[in-house]
Amino acid sequence: LSVPPELPKEDGRPKWDNKFQYILSCVGFAVGLGNVWRFPYLCQTHGGGAFLIPYFIALLFEGIPLLHLELALGQCLRKGSIGAWNTISPYLGGVGAGSWMVSVLVSLYYNTVLSWVMWYFINSFQEPLPWSVCPLNENRTGLNKECYESTAVNYFWYRKTLNIAPDITESGTLQWWLILCLAACWAIVYLCTIRGIETTGKAIYVTAIFPYLVLTIFLIQGLTLPGATEGLAYLFTPNLNTLKNPRVWLDAATQIFFSLSLAFGGLIALSSYNPPKNNCEKDAVTVAIVNSVTSLYASIPVFSILGFKATTAYWDCLDRNIIRIINEFDLPEESIMRQNYTAWFSFLNSSYPEKIAGLKLKSCDLQEFLDQSVSGTGLAFIIFTQAIILMPGSQAWAILFFIMLFSLGLSSMFGIIEGVFTPLLELRVISKSIPKELLSGIICLISFLIALCFTLGSGSYWIDIFDSYAGSLPVLVIALFEVTGVAYVYKIKRFSKDVKWMTGRKPNLYWQITWRFVSPLLLLIVLVAFVTLQIQKPPSYTAWNPKYEGFPMKEEKVYPPWVLAICVLLAVLPCVFVPLVALFHLIKRMCRSKDPSFVLPEVFSCQGANS
Amino acid sequence: YTWDANEEYLFKAMVAFAMRRYSNKSTTQISNVLLCDVTDRVSFWFVVTDSSKNVTTVPGSEVEAAIRMNRNRINSAFLLSDKTLQFLKITSTLSPPVESSTPVWLIVFGVVLCLIVAGIVFLIVTGIQQHKKKNKESTEREKLEEKGEVTVTVENGIPCETLDLKAGHINGVFAADDERFTSL
Repeated sequence: LSVPPELPKEDGRPKWDNKFQYILSCVGFAVGLGNVWRFPYLCQTHGGGAFLIPYFIALLFEGIPLLHLELALGQCLRKGSIGAWNTISPYLGGVGAGSWMVSVLVSLYYNTVLSWVMWYFINSFQEPLPWSVCPLNENRTGLNKECYESTAVNYFWYRKTLNIAPDITESGTLQWWLILCLAACWAIVYLCTIRGIETTGKAIYVTAIFPYLVLTIFLIQGLTLPGATEGLAYLFTPNLNTLKNPRVWLDAATQIFFSLSLAFGGLIALSSYNPPKNNCEKDAVTVAIVNSVTSLYASIPVFSILGFKATTAYWDCLDRNIIRIINEFDLPEESIMRQNYTAWFSFLNSSYPEKIAGLKLKSCDLQEFLDQSVSGTGLAFIIFTQAIILMPGSQAWAILFFIMLFSLGLSSMFGIIEGVFTPLLELRVISKSIPKELLSGIICLISFLIALCFTLGSGSYWIDIFDSYAGSLPVLVIALFEVTGVAYVYKIKRFSKDVKWMTGRKPNLYWQITWRFVSPLLLLIVLVAFVTLQIQKPPSYTAWNPKYEGFPMKEEKVYPPWVLAICVLLAVLPCVFVPLVALFHLIKRMCRSKDPSFVLPEVFSCQGANS
Repeated sequence: YTWDANEEYLFKAMVAFAMRRYSNKSTTQISNVLLCDVTDRVSFWFVVTDSSKNVTTVPGSEVEAAIRMNRNRINSAFLLSDKTLQFLKITSTLSPPVESSTPVWLIVFGVVLCLIVAGIVFLIVTGIQQHKKKNKESTEREKLEEKGEVTVTVENGIPCETLDLKAGHINGVFAADDERFTSL
């Protein structure tokens, strides 16, 4: 009698405490490890400042429209990915199942990467840092051979952390220290996602904001280091010639895509806890812009520190040459400094060329040191750790750096786990008897047990496989189906009406054009280009093999056929849900079409779902 | 500091000191140590003579052993280290790295794990308590609703059930008067 008509029906669905928590969760999900260790690398290899052009074009025509689509979908339908796509159309139910599968696969290996970060973090409390010195060999006559031939940092990463096998087929044993760290990581994930967004909403305040603080501290420190300006100049000097290479455009499109964590189902899950009347258009633009700005902001300290490392290596090279020249020619100390090294060298080379040649001096080139850039785990665990040793107060810097990486990864894990958790909560009505805490505990336990195989000796090779095959191709396919499904099966007109009901404004021409034509087309081109590039060369990997004659260079190896089969399986498994479910419903309809009384429910809208 | 004759004197003194300590003889004098070929780079050759045996030089291996034994004293006399004060053909022994009995990382890991487990237990316990409270509340609310009807009816003075026509009498006077009302 007394219920006012505007009050939405209480469906017992958990909701965000406030809007800021929701935005922070989306931003935390989007901003992850890739913003720190993939974007700066791409920027630097693809022509510096010039890379920003394809990056922003991809953001404008692919990133933001898809983001808006997913957020609006979740908010309107108030269900996780599987339920949402089932509601849009039963034939598209496979899209939801596919994105759920992708979230499951990604969560397995992503947390293992976090366990590596945790391992480095708990090792940062020692003085001196364990990756700065080589251990002695058995009879204490010299340094450990593997460490001596490569560097202490490489040795700590490949031997002490991963205990890496020389080949992917040799599984090796389970590394007990990695198991401990993995257990701790999954325990932390369980602690934060134990009651769904009630607990992640509180945790996200810390894990999403803390990285920005640490980045700022590193920014200030990095800019004061010598050589920072060289690193930054190297990063941002635009080289417009690289834009002619289609590879650059492809990398920009894929980077925007994976950076925003689209098509994982996580964004749909996060926005499904929103009140229906929420301006999702503004949210989408905000999240996308914050993500890109964070990438740019993170690349500044990363490259200042890389510039510092290159400059220090260059100075070391020069110093070694200077000592050898001084020893050879018995010149007084400090007669040759770094500044007049080239002048002295040319003078001595012209006067005593045989002596100089006999010294076998290594040529020192700053550009060469700057060119040694890596992306991914190599950047964080090898290059950055080496740079940290050179900074004064290395323990503090190491601790800060690894906590930052951990919170970045953890906030992304929240989004991924929500993408797994929310559909499960809705899918099984039996789950009413299972409390949320138990369900999330079961998910975390099963994932931990499966992820144990990444702690084997060959684990990091498998993680590379999962990253390249399960986290890349299926996501593109699912996103393509998402956009075409909403644009052509659900129809943009209906969708625009729903968005207008939610935000109060009809989506303008930009959204209409991108949703209908530009984004699907762009995604199709990116997908085709991606597949062709993958097929062109046989997939190979580089292995760390101490017995290799070119050691410490990594050995190029080809995947054996059974591993290739697994790669294909990983890439195809999430995608195959889409046609399978559609086929299943088609067959069901054909069986039912013999029964004329059955009417397929067609009319549906946002308001209909809620009132 | 600049290298001058005084520093050379100190060096000779240190070498003589090393020889004395090594061979336990007190016969080596500063004048037994001879420097030659001093260059600007501050590098030189030196020999130790043995004054007791016809001005012959002490064999190089003995000198090497003596210096190796007292290396740190020589280094600290000049405020230098093994890297900055080099004796050719005398390599420094490597000091073993400091190994603590329990690896430090295990301790940190233990602390982190305890915090996490405490957090999980806390959240689970509060979850169970909330669940119980919700259950208790919902059963109490049901009971309260039943009791509420009873109390309301008693408070009003007139129990509702008695107004039920089954228990009462129909007053025929009023009932029959219905037809007397004029219709409007």
